[in-house]
Amino acid sequence: MTPILLIEQVLNGLQSGIMLFLMAAGLTLIFGVMGLINLAHGSLYMIGAFAAAAVAGWTGSFTLALAAALAAAALAGCIIEMVVIRRLYDRDHLDQVLATFALILIFSEGTRWLFGSFPLYLDVPAALSGPVRLPGGILYPSYRLLIIVIGLLIAFGLFQLIARTRIGIQIRAGESDREMIGALGVDISRLYTIVFALGAALAGLAGALVGAIQSVQVGMGEPVLILAFVVIVIGGIGSIKGALVGALLVGLTDTLGGVLLPLLFGLFMDPSSATTIGSALASMSIYILMALVLLFRPTGLYGRA
Amino acid sequence: MKIKSLVAAACMALAGTAALADGHGGKVKVGMITTLSGGGAGLGIDVRDGFLLAAKGNDMLDIVVEDDQQKPDIAVQLADKMIQSEKVDVLTGIIWSNLAMAVVPSVTAQGKFYLSPNAGPSALAGKGCSPLYFNVAWQNDAFYEAGGLWANENGIGKVFLMAPNYPAGIDGMTGFKRTFEGEVVGEVYTKLGQTDYAAEIAQIRASDADTVYFFLPGGMGISFMKQWAGSGVEKNVMGPAFSFDQGILGAIGDAALGVKNTAHWSKDLDVPGNADFVKAFQDEYGRLPSLYAAQGYDTALLLISAMGKADVKDTAAFQAALEEADFQSVRGKFSFAANHHPIQDIYMREVVKEGDVVTNQIIGVAATDHTDVYGADCKM
Repeated sequence: MTPILLIEQVLNGLQSGIMLFLMAAGLTLIFGVMGLINLAHGSLYMIGAFAAAAVAGWTGSFTLALAAALAAAALAGCIIEMVVIRRLYDRDHLDQVLATFALILIFSEGTRWLFGSFPLYLDVPAALSGPVRLPGGILYPSYRLLIIVIGLLIAFGLFQLIARTRIGIQIRAGESDREMIGALGVDISRLYTIVFALGAALAGLAGALVGAIQSVQVGMGEPVLILAFVVIVIGGIGSIKGALVGALLVGLTDTLGGVLLPLLFGLFMDPSSATTIGSALASMSIYILMALVLLFRPTGLYGRA
Repeated sequence: MKIKSLVAAACMALAGTAALADGHGGKVKVGMITTLSGGGAGLGIDVRDGFLLAAKGNDMLDIVVEDDQQKPDIAVQLADKMIQSEKVDVLTGIIWSNLAMAVVPSVTAQGKFYLSPNAGPSALAGKGCSPLYFNVAWQNDAFYEAGGLWANENGIGKVFLMAPNYPAGIDGMTGFKRTFEGEVVGEVYTKLGQTDYAAEIAQIRASDADTVYFFLPGGMGISFMKQWAGSGVEKNVMGPAFSFDQGILGAIGDAALGVKNTAHWSKDLDVPGNADFVKAFQDEYGRLPSLYAAQGYDTALLLISAMGKADVKDTAAFQAALEEADFQSVRGKFSFAANHHPIQDIYMREVVKEGDVVTNQIIGVAATDHTDVYGADCKM
């Protein structure tokens, strides 16, 4: 393994971590502020990707496609918050899981009904389709660099929003004591809708950005949703900072584990069993990471006890 | 005039009953269990549509279609329901090898025929073969073995292999290595359902392989090809047709151009009946057929051919009729080996653009009269 290859893999890990952060941020905000477990978060990711693919198909513009993804996911978020989720805040988590699982099924089959069963076409814009040469002679896909930059900007923006704006203060207050901010005259239901739509928009953006280099198909959100749950458990439920650190940890562990573990086993095993055992262990690596974190910090890295 | 046509009708009715009494052409009830929802639905829909196209207008066939959701337990329940309460004679439709393994042995044990339009796990071709099980598609290894043969003949020396870490992925790569005589410089097994291949692409770039040979079905292949195109790595790309079939080429787009893939069928294959099939499928469904559609179509043709020769209630006679494979396959010549798996040619196709449509074109024959290696273990 050359240093160049290692740096490239670290970049890959960062990029997948950043995308996970966009998913996990919304999930953790919604859980932190409203105490709601939203399994349908992956459907919002899918809606973003499908909206982007449809608009890119009509207009040919990737920028418009991203805007459409944000708008469609935020709109879908508003609607499901007002129609379904609002009725679930006072219920226990099992009811929430059941209702949002039903939403997954409805959105998946609804999307199939609208767009058909075959994956849609969404490609990166031509200007970003090739690799760029980074210092040190590393060839890296320019689109992935863009994803890292966009993700970091959004993370920065989100921290500013939470730390410095009025709505941010309300969100933080809502995380500490829901009844109290209602008593102080904050319009709780409006705040909830805004937070839900914000989380949905982030998931939709992630879906559109990733959809351009992956497959835009029904059910694309659920594997990511599982990873996003791992991220917020590692980071500490309700913490944006935890979501960022957790996402980067999971992204790096997943990517580097897949590359390094087979090599590590190759040092003392024959190549074919090293590949088999290494790949198997790499698939487990993030769950092992989660178990270790929970062992030493049962509430996650930044979670409150 | 009226009397004349009445008499004619009566004669025809008589002829019909005579045929029935003769033991030929009784009605056959078919139970189709296939994947119509979830991520793998495209394959099941194509198999179903191909089958129904061939069966269209044939009132001797009574077809029940059910969705297995790509779940083995549901497929098993559906099979039991179809056999016990719907009283089907023949089952078909399953796409995935793990579902086939869950369903087929119990179906054949209950004395029903099973015609596989897609999955061909090695166990059912070898030790677990059954007189009532017929595979109309391929044994799972076929496309890979043909890929290895083609690589030998076309000067491909160093190959990087990649597949998902599950039985069909590992079997596929084993099949390729069985025939490939060059050097395998790298071998990676990814998580099933993985969507990001940046790490693997970096490894391939760093290796000295001249060709990457991979099997990544469905969305995994779409993701890999798009990311491959963005990485700027210049190596040949090869694989079995599953990653480059009509249903997913549209989603990959130009990134797939030039990729070589092995298949037993292609829409430009010049054999009798194929052009008509392609046209009829397009007219009926408004899209190009995939190889799954061709398999579904052939499955129905095989069944109909056997119905003309024997009554499905006469198991031995119907089995013999199926073994004859007396139908015009859209793949050209087609016959069954002793283990009821196909003997057929496998072609090498290349992804090309025809107008705005990305599709496949045959560039040569990869294997002639190919059959699987497991037949030796089959005692029936």
